[in-house]
Amino acid sequence: MTDLEKQVSEDQDVEDVEEQLELPDPLEIPAIVVDAMVDLHSFEAAPAHQTDLGFPGELVDDWQERAIAKIGDLRKKYRSFRVYLDSCVKCGACTDKCHYFLGSADPKNMPVARQDLLRSVYRRYYTIPGKIAPWLVGARDLTEEVLGEWYNYFHQCSQCRRCSVYCPYGIDTAEISMAAREIMDDVGKGQKYCNEIIAKLHKVGNNLGMPPKALEATLADFEEELEDDFGIEIKMPLDVEGADILLITPSADFFADPHIEGLMGYAKVFHNAGVSWTMSSYASEAANFGMFIGSYDNMRKVSRRIRKAAKDLKVKRIVFGECGHAWRVGYAFLNTLAGPWDFLDQNYPIPQHICEFTFDEIEKGAITFDKSRNDDKVMTFHDSCNVARATRMGSNPGGQFDYPRALLKASCNHFHDMPEDTIGEATVCCGGGAGILTDDLMDIRVKGAAPRMKALRQVTEEEGVTHMAAICAICKSQFTKILPKYDFDMEAIQSVHQIVSNAIVLEGATVPEDD
Amino acid sequence: MISISAFFAGLFYFATAVIVFGVLYRIYEYWSVPSPLNIATTPAPTTQAGAAFRVVREVTLFESLFKANKWIWLFGITFHLALLLVLLRHFRYFVDPTFILWAWVPYVQPFGKYAAFAMVLGLAALWARRFLVERVRYISSPSDHLMLLLLILIGVSGLVMKFVSHTDIMDVKHFFVGLRSFDIKELPNDLPLYIHLSLVATLMIIFPFSKLLHVPGVFLAQHEIWQIILGKNVMLPLGLRKSIIRLASDIF
Ligand code: SF4
Ligand code: SF4
Ligand code: SF4
Repeated sequence: MTDLEKQVSEDQDVEDVEEQLELPDPLEIPAIVVDAMVDLHSFEAAPAHQTDLGFPGELVDDWQERAIAKIGDLRKKYRSFRVYLDSCVKCGACTDKCHYFLGSADPKNMPVARQDLLRSVYRRYYTIPGKIAPWLVGARDLTEEVLGEWYNYFHQCSQCRRCSVYCPYGIDTAEISMAAREIMDDVGKGQKYCNEIIAKLHKVGNNLGMPPKALEATLADFEEELEDDFGIEIKMPLDVEGADILLITPSADFFADPHIEGLMGYAKVFHNAGVSWTMSSYASEAANFGMFIGSYDNMRKVSRRIRKAAKDLKVKRIVFGECGHAWRVGYAFLNTLAGPWDFLDQNYPIPQHICEFTFDEIEKGAITFDKSRNDDKVMTFHDSCNVARATRMGSNPGGQFDYPRALLKASCNHFHDMPEDTIGEATVCCGGGAGILTDDLMDIRVKGAAPRMKALRQVTEEEGVTHMAAICAICKSQFTKILPKYDFDMEAIQSVHQIVSNAIVLEGATVPEDD
Repeated sequence: MISISAFFAGLFYFATAVIVFGVLYRIYEYWSVPSPLNIATTPAPTTQAGAAFRVVREVTLFESLFKANKWIWLFGITFHLALLLVLLRHFRYFVDPTFILWAWVPYVQPFGKYAAFAMVLGLAALWARRFLVERVRYISSPSDHLMLLLLILIGVSGLVMKFVSHTDIMDVKHFFVGLRSFDIKELPNDLPLYIHLSLVATLMIIFPFSKLLHVPGVFLAQHEIWQIILGKNVMLPLGLRKSIIRLASDIF
């Protein structure tokens, strides 16, 4: 090797090292690639699932008039819809805020462009300039092609509200997505994933379609497992009349990992607190996909199950398990949809989040932790977007960020947050929310997760983080699938109450061998 | 030249009627649409004072925009602040500064004069973004470009009157003060003035039909905040008077 060659190869080595150290910015803005995702089409709902929800089975003949009329209807029903459609000034502040745009580079995934898919039609039929000079104000006729675009791009929005945080008028694209899905359902063009699930819930009581008997058996299995592991009886009660607390939790907690470990964590916390609690086989679902499709009626129907269960079981309190959008419906809508809750104990929040429950126990000093049981992990926390931007915990603004972190810090020794601009109110969604968590949308799921994955990469490289906890059933399922695609271990995603569960010291319990 | 003066008088009566009734009607429309669910973007303030403070920050400092993009914020706030000063300066064409309420008017004159430059520069920068940033170019319609053009022309024609051709503004003032008592006085015969006035009238007329509705929108879009400030389920016109009185007493 000549000196020169040596020099060159040394330079290259240095460059290589630098490149490795140079981690990609989680929020790096791509150059736009027009129509990159235009063909991504999730399966449409079968006629039976449409009619189950009270929608036409298939695309109706007069879909165009009907859709236009529906826009007119919605603008009289929701102030947000109306004001949002009129107020946007196309300033562009939101254009780089959507994780789906950052991941896919398709400009129609920029929040304002997503709104414009619908706004252009609204302008054409409901505003004077749009009627007189459509070309001037970007107004469009509602054609089959436009409807196709609606379907594809409004199913590439996880209704995460990140855009609304940055818009000077607070315009929330999630509201527009919900409205668009409502319009499409109304003309007979619903999405299979969402509508099938809602139909199951109406029939059986949960998104899985798991009948009461199967649920009972599953919970019995969990109790057995807990007893085997810890040598004490930790109950997972179902349909116990007169219990104090009704736990409403996403059905994923009954069958998926790491959700189940979270459920066991709630059970241990309740056991430790010595409260009487129960789940309900009638309302065995916290998730409310009625919100995803913007259907007030379906959302209400789903919520009313919780009311009925609470009345039938004569409980005093309602606690929600770890589920992002369920907590949104619980925290922000439940009173409107299924209230008044005058028959519950007014001394507790109605409803209460499981993190609030556990937090209060910790504050009381009622829980003993052995943090060292989590010493094999360095934790971080993914703020689930619906919790972060649509709800609260405790009574201070921002409690939704503090409570889960307080739980984690109480139960493990090593915790590091991801970069500031990807957590808290700025959190980037997992990429699977609001009806996107289906295999036919895998392409956008992977792309939409990119910002979160890059943020996680930063803390794994720089802080040695090994695991990420979340409090949303969809996030957990999404990450289980997506982590391996970004070279992480799929078990790197954990439930918050799983970490709590590992560390909580229960009276009389033995510690399992492998822990 | 009485006919041209009469034309502008008519135009301004019409434009004033359109902007006043148009915007009031829009606000009425928005308020009368229900807002059944609490869709607050959180973390939201939990107290009335906190909520009112948030609206004030959003309206005066463009807080969200600042979080989103420092350039748009800089250009946007430059333009809007400058516009405010320029508008305040224009009060002198309509009011009598010896009346105590308008005593401040002479003091904003020097600021308003130079603010016009800042306004045009801010607008030009915003317009440049529409060409130079591909994401913004993608979302821009012809109307978005024309709106900026219109505002820039208003600013430039105003500057020309002040710094180049020196329109006789006392006459202009007489004209507008005259309009108040339906007494149509003569406007100076001056091309930049005619251009300026026509463009301003155009802006007033398209206001209630365009994205300029973001002006009431910036208040109304934050409906959750209003729920905190005014209490739940505020619906106009029923609750209007009470609400406004309460809001006023909360803020001031
Ligand atoms: S930030 Fe708001 S006003 Fe600006 S383009 Fe986006 S939606 Fe429109
Ligand atoms: S709500 Fe979330 S997913 Fe939908 S456009 Fe806004 S940022 Fe994107
Ligand atoms: S799945 Fe989780 S992160 Fe994603 S939309 Fe829902 S709450 Fe947000």
